[in-house]
Amino acid sequence: MRRVHKAVIAAAAIALLGTACTGTSSAPKASDDATKDTTITFWHGWSAPSEVAAIAANVKAFETAHPNIHVKVVGNINDDKIKQALRAGGPNSPDVVSSFTTDNVGTFCASNVFADLKPFLDKSGVDLDKTFPKPLQDYTQFEGKRCTLPLLNDAYGLYYNKDAFKAAGIAGPPKTLSEFDADAKKLTKAKGDSFSQLGFMPNFHGFESTTTHFAAQWNPTYFTADGKSNLAADPAFGKMLTWQSNLVKELGGFAKLEKYRATFGDEFGAKNPFHTGQVAMSIDGEWRLGMAKEAGAKFDIGVAPFPVPDDQADSYGKGYLSGTIIGIANTSEKQNAAWELVKFMTTDTDAVVSFANAIHNVPSTLDALKSDKLVADDNFKVFLEIAQHPKSSTTPASPNGGAYQLTLQDFGYAFEAGKQTDLAAGLAKTDAQINKDIAQAK
Amino acid sequence: MMATISVGLRHKRRRERLRNLAFLSPWLIGVSVFFLYPLISTVYFSFMKYDGFTPPVWTGLKNWKYVFTDYPFFWPALRNTLWLVIVMVTLRVIFGLGIGLLITKVKTGAGIFRTLFYLPYLAPPVAATMAFAFLLNPGTGPVNNILGKIGLPQPGWFNDPSWSKPALTLLAIWGIGDLMVIFMASLLDVPMEQYEAASLDGAGAWKRFRHVTLPNIQPIVLFAVITGVIQTMQYYTQPLIAGKVASGVIGGSGQQFEPGYPEKSTLTLPQLVYNLGFQRFDTGGASVIALVLFALAMVFTAFLMRRGSGFLATDD
Repeated sequence: MRRVHKAVIAAAAIALLGTACTGTSSAPKASDDATKDTTITFWHGWSAPSEVAAIAANVKAFETAHPNIHVKVVGNINDDKIKQALRAGGPNSPDVVSSFTTDNVGTFCASNVFADLKPFLDKSGVDLDKTFPKPLQDYTQFEGKRCTLPLLNDAYGLYYNKDAFKAAGIAGPPKTLSEFDADAKKLTKAKGDSFSQLGFMPNFHGFESTTTHFAAQWNPTYFTADGKSNLAADPAFGKMLTWQSNLVKELGGFAKLEKYRATFGDEFGAKNPFHTGQVAMSIDGEWRLGMAKEAGAKFDIGVAPFPVPDDQADSYGKGYLSGTIIGIANTSEKQNAAWELVKFMTTDTDAVVSFANAIHNVPSTLDALKSDKLVADDNFKVFLEIAQHPKSSTTPASPNGGAYQLTLQDFGYAFEAGKQTDLAAGLAKTDAQINKDIAQAK
Repeated sequence: MMATISVGLRHKRRRERLRNLAFLSPWLIGVSVFFLYPLISTVYFSFMKYDGFTPPVWTGLKNWKYVFTDYPFFWPALRNTLWLVIVMVTLRVIFGLGIGLLITKVKTGAGIFRTLFYLPYLAPPVAATMAFAFLLNPGTGPVNNILGKIGLPQPGWFNDPSWSKPALTLLAIWGIGDLMVIFMASLLDVPMEQYEAASLDGAGAWKRFRHVTLPNIQPIVLFAVITGVIQTMQYYTQPLIAGKVASGVIGGSGQQFEPGYPEKSTLTLPQLVYNLGFQRFDTGGASVIALVLFALAMVFTAFLMRRGSGFLATDD
């Protein structure tokens, strides 16, 4: 008996020790030596020559600072490729991965595709609150698990055609949604049964005019504390959908707007309807500035924060935030070396600023946002301010990625088209569907 | 003496069995690796919670219940898939046979016509779909421009849920070259004396087709229908690209696109397998849909084989 007792006590002690080791230690599990000569693979999604060149310059700066770590860069990677590669593993799978889709952070963290970065942050003494704005910290973690960090930021604002504003006798950009609606109507010019110019394309298929981008102006709460969908309970969603569907009606109705939308060129091509003057106002990210210039837009471009609901006029200046995220593959056997690259790209102020300057994105760290080296004209400064506005917000991570946003968007399509008229019942049904999808994912 | 003979026979039979097995082994390995193992794995994972990273966990019928009662895309995708199987396959066979018949009658420049009708089949599906999305753009596409000029209604094509599947069917008919070649070969094989005999009996064109051509090519028609059904059960690229182009979500890496635009009308079951299995990491749910597809393909094929066995027997 005594032997049995001893064995039980020894086993319990080992188990406790093991639990203690795995549960509280902040030491990274990786065992590679980041000071020795090594090569890591970095996957990213950029594909335009200027963007690829910017990444190459950033990586070169890293290799200069870390001569023992060589980086093999693979570009033009989307999330589907990332997921398949990390699932399959193998010698050619990446060590460091970046993605444009913040919506997938929940999936990446929940399924342990990406390594937990907390031990690495602790090892390097990175204080997140002193490094990154709060919304960016939010969209790079899931349920307290930090598996990614922000790598440049995207802020959404209002683009407007100053020449069209002048012609319509509008002095400046609207600040509230009632002003915005009035301007959108003033800027709309009919041509036959269509338009020669539309003030604004409110339809949810109108590129960046999505439910989530609009909803940010009401600072909504997507989930309750226990992770249940909160669309019906939070009046923000109902107000957003009511405002949007009213504007759809006021501008000519869903069918007429959809027909006009079919004449638009590619969102990311030169024939984007804002570039061509088909729409006078547009909700978009900071990248549109560079794209509009490259496309040779023949009018003076104005930029402002997207208007806010009339009863929240004091919060004017806020907007929706998103961005690129970066993490370390859980399957990587060179996680310490990979961390050196991630740390450099996400926290080194000069690296962040030079990269932001090169690809015209908003920097993702507090220091970089204030850096003198940041090249920013008056238009770009608007986005820097949106990014730092205390009421700017993002969409939360979910275990099945952005599925809940698509479910909300689906309801938005039906509501704007008048196929669903009971707003409260529709939102409740959407809540139920989101909850079912999350239960399936858990 | 008898014992020696029987031992010798046994050895001979064993050698023969081993030799037969050796000859069969490539097929056995192929079937085991590429059919049995994936099928058994799919059944196994359909009862598991499995994301591809963490070990699978038994969840019983949870995935089946989710797909059939809670997953809002399953029933629309099933309806669309069945619509495409019935309408698209039927029209492809009719047009393939019709064009094959016409081309066999052409005496001058037959090669040019054959090439012209076969060429679209060689176009990569993505490029062909994008070209059709351009042609059928309801606002700027040349097809609607022409329809408008001659006073006909201008459909919304890929932007209208009631026209999106007919638009896909048009695209499928445009790429009819593969069927046309198969039908042409079989039509040229029909014995001329049967046509001559029928003509002497006073049979017109329709009667010659009905009583001479069709009985001779029935096995090919059956082949075309069965392979068409199986291909349509795997229909993925064209509806996905058409939906992406028409909805405007085509290039943004950070953009999410949910297949089925407009209003789930172009959603197909293979898209759901990909959506659940490879985008939402829900291997269990994807396995359920894959098994539904497998069962449907088996049912359709068995039905067609049974109905078609009479056709095949006429050749014996």
